[in-house]
Amino acid sequence: MASAGRSHSRRDMLLFSSAAGLALVLAPQMALADTKAVEDEIKKLYGDKKMESGKIKIDVPQIAENGLVVPITVEVESPMTDADFVKAVHVFADGNPQPGVVSYRFSADCGKANASTRMRLAQTQNIVCIAEMSNGTLYSAKAEVKVTIGGCGG
Amino acid sequence: MATNSVPRVRVPAQAKAGEVIEIKTLISHEMESGQRKDAAGKIIPRQIINKFIAAFNGKTVFEAEWAPSISANPYQSFFYKAKESGEFKFTWKDDNGSDYTASAKLTVG
Repeated sequence: MASAGRSHSRRDMLLFSSAAGLALVLAPQMALADTKAVEDEIKKLYGDKKMESGKIKIDVPQIAENGLVVPITVEVESPMTDADFVKAVHVFADGNPQPGVVSYRFSADCGKANASTRMRLAQTQNIVCIAEMSNGTLYSAKAEVKVTIGGCGG
Repeated sequence: MATNSVPRVRVPAQAKAGEVIEIKTLISHEMESGQRKDAAGKIIPRQIINKFIAAFNGKTVFEAEWAPSISANPYQSFFYKAKESGEFKFTWKDDNGSDYTASAKLTVG
């Protein structure tokens, strides 16, 4: 009897927590960033400076089943010497509540401009990367990630 | 929330001069985005680690500024070109003002 009573209360707890979990999943109706928000962020950093294409390699899954944990590796082609290195790389997502994901500051000591992390993606969207070289040249690149289950609010 | 953030780092113990080594880091943290609501419909305030800094022998070599879009238990890897023996110091900066740190020795020879 005692053990039945205990398992009952545990079931209640489980029911309660799963209901709370469901509420968390369903509740947020967020305003999502869009391409304009990403453009505004880039403008804030670099104004209307011209962007070159190339040099950046964005490694993301084409399809992410779980938007909560999406691996991203960005690599920028550069000799990484004191005279010529990648200063910064900014990563944006145009379908998240906020456009920013991560900003990296590299130095010539890194040997190569390559960094990996994991991000949340609320829905299928584009990842935009801007690389700033030590001479001020800017490069941009874009990659799309299809998200099966959004990683927002979770 | 996230009061016990435990950092873990993987740095090769030894490297040859000029070798480019990969450094992998992980820290336990909820990375509360400030977008979630609790069961009562109230927004759970943002609390993330907003910055990761890696320094070698006192000189900053790599930094990452994280936004709320970074996953919980944030992972970060990057590279470093080994020149001399010394020590890495890693610092994670929490929104609440706390710093979490870790260090690792590298022998170059």
